[in-house]
Amino acid sequence: MSTPPTTTYENHSLNTKKKSQWLEVWKRLKKSRTAVIGLILILMFLMLALFAPFIADYEKDALGMNVKERLQSPNLTHWFGTDEFGRDIFARIVYGTRISLFVGIISVSIALSLGGTLGAIAGYYGGRIDNAIMRVLDVLLAIPTILLAITIVAALGASILNLMIAVGISNIPGFARVVRASVLSVKDQEYIESARAIGARDHTIILKHVLPNSMAPIVVFATLKVASAIMATSSLSFIGLGIQPPTPEWGNMLAGGRAYIRDHMYIVLSPGLAIVLTVLSLNLIGDGLRDALDPKLK
Amino acid sequence: MLIPVMLGVIFLVFFIISLTPGDAASMILGDGATEERIIELRDDMGLDDPLIVQYGRYMWDLLQGNMGDSYSTGRSVAGEIVQRFPNTFKLTVTAIFLSVLISIPIGVISATKQYSLFDNIGMILALVGISMPSFWTGLILIIIFALNLGWFPSGGMKGIMSLVLPAFTLAIASTASITRTTRSSMLEVIRQDYINTAKAKGVSRRKVITRHALGNALIPAVTVIGLEFGILLGGAVLTETVFSWPGIGRLMVESIQRKDTPMVLGCVIIFSLSFSIVNLIIDILYAYIDPRIKANYT
Repeated sequence: MSTPPTTTYENHSLNTKKKSQWLEVWKRLKKSRTAVIGLILILMFLMLALFAPFIADYEKDALGMNVKERLQSPNLTHWFGTDEFGRDIFARIVYGTRISLFVGIISVSIALSLGGTLGAIAGYYGGRIDNAIMRVLDVLLAIPTILLAITIVAALGASILNLMIAVGISNIPGFARVVRASVLSVKDQEYIESARAIGARDHTIILKHVLPNSMAPIVVFATLKVASAIMATSSLSFIGLGIQPPTPEWGNMLAGGRAYIRDHMYIVLSPGLAIVLTVLSLNLIGDGLRDALDPKLK
Repeated sequence: MLIPVMLGVIFLVFFIISLTPGDAASMILGDGATEERIIELRDDMGLDDPLIVQYGRYMWDLLQGNMGDSYSTGRSVAGEIVQRFPNTFKLTVTAIFLSVLISIPIGVISATKQYSLFDNIGMILALVGISMPSFWTGLILIIIFALNLGWFPSGGMKGIMSLVLPAFTLAIASTASITRTTRSSMLEVIRQDYINTAKAKGVSRRKVITRHALGNALIPAVTVIGLEFGILLGGAVLTETVFSWPGIGRLMVESIQRKDTPMVLGCVIIFSLSFSIVNLIIDILYAYIDPRIKANYT
């Protein structure tokens, strides 16, 4: 018991306050039926991604070609049918989930860390630094997001790493703007002033005091952006600039199946539905979070 | 603001594209070229100059309307773009027209009848619409309306009928987000005091909505239309690919596949320029719709 009782008390009250805040958000989120549907859907996809090897064999089912079984309609052995090379579409969708979620999350992390840093600096310091950063971002914003990503992949070459870089970079301006706006909204609060008064350094203030208190809009934005990053990934793969076949990815599965839609429409049905459901579930969660974090709206 | 931003955009895209591995000169001359010819052409094209010098030369040519020649066909990039631009213009303008036509009434009705069946179904459809990748929607529309019902052609550009499916495909996502914005800004506006005043005066419900509320509610919707236009241009790349529509988007994808750098550069520039001009028009429109903004400048 060497610590003075006052400190432990303060820490304690601080923790419970924080916890109850997020608990409150969670309670409100649970009330929204659509958000819960979104959560269940995304959990299902996460399970598919995590337990993919237990569901289907990557080499045999997702990649192994079997000409005798090509273009089968959905049946008991092949739930979603087989594609033009006789590969099981269900297995390919399951493994595609891994790629989509992985690329979506990593590219948003890239955008969040780079864009977030720029936005936090711009918002916190203001003035000339803010101006310089925002002008550069105006240039990035003037290029439609997906076109910027296409250009970057076209230059760097199509690979999973370049895809993540491209989607990440093209989302930097959006994150910078959102982080900047929320930093601006808290930086003049009294607790920031008092932190500065007791001599805290700028980066401590930004990381420990400003960002945690401006998290709400950033969390919402990031959720919605994972959805659009997944969409961008499959779009790029569809035009041949993303994940290359034979690696299963929803977008390139659609590109491959395109030639067979006249007689075998199921071939493009399930990969597309996988994209729609993943993106939809994240959008539902994002919307639900927005309402839960800001009870004033609605 | 338009000119410095465009200079920045061109520099950025020029820089990204210059990261492309491989030598342009040997690409143009093909496999059978001798070492001397390649060196000669490199010299002619100024490929060994510093990037900034090459950029300066490109800008100088661009001011005279020259965007270089295609690496693969040798034809003028500007000529090709001028020839294809009207097709993309037709497609995107029809799409934005369709989405405004559909989304504003739905958004207004949803807001005036908040939480009604119409509102709930409308909002769910809007979320699903945002979550559908345009290339997949396009394929599904082709399967239903071209291959099965035979109402519209499945691709190409012959007559007005061939415009229907691609325009609808492109319009879906923007319809969904404009609907959502119209609804939420309408909801905000109908709670204002002046709406109550109008109602109290005995103005009919219909007139309150159309005369008093709609004008103010449209302001955020107009911003979204501008932003959606950027997404629409990106979507045009995919939609044009799915429907073999001979526009700039398809030209860009084909040029990327052929590693035709000047053509890709030209396409990205023209897309960004259109996007910037649309946003400039939106800014000007603003002043007309919202007299408060005009008041700021006078």
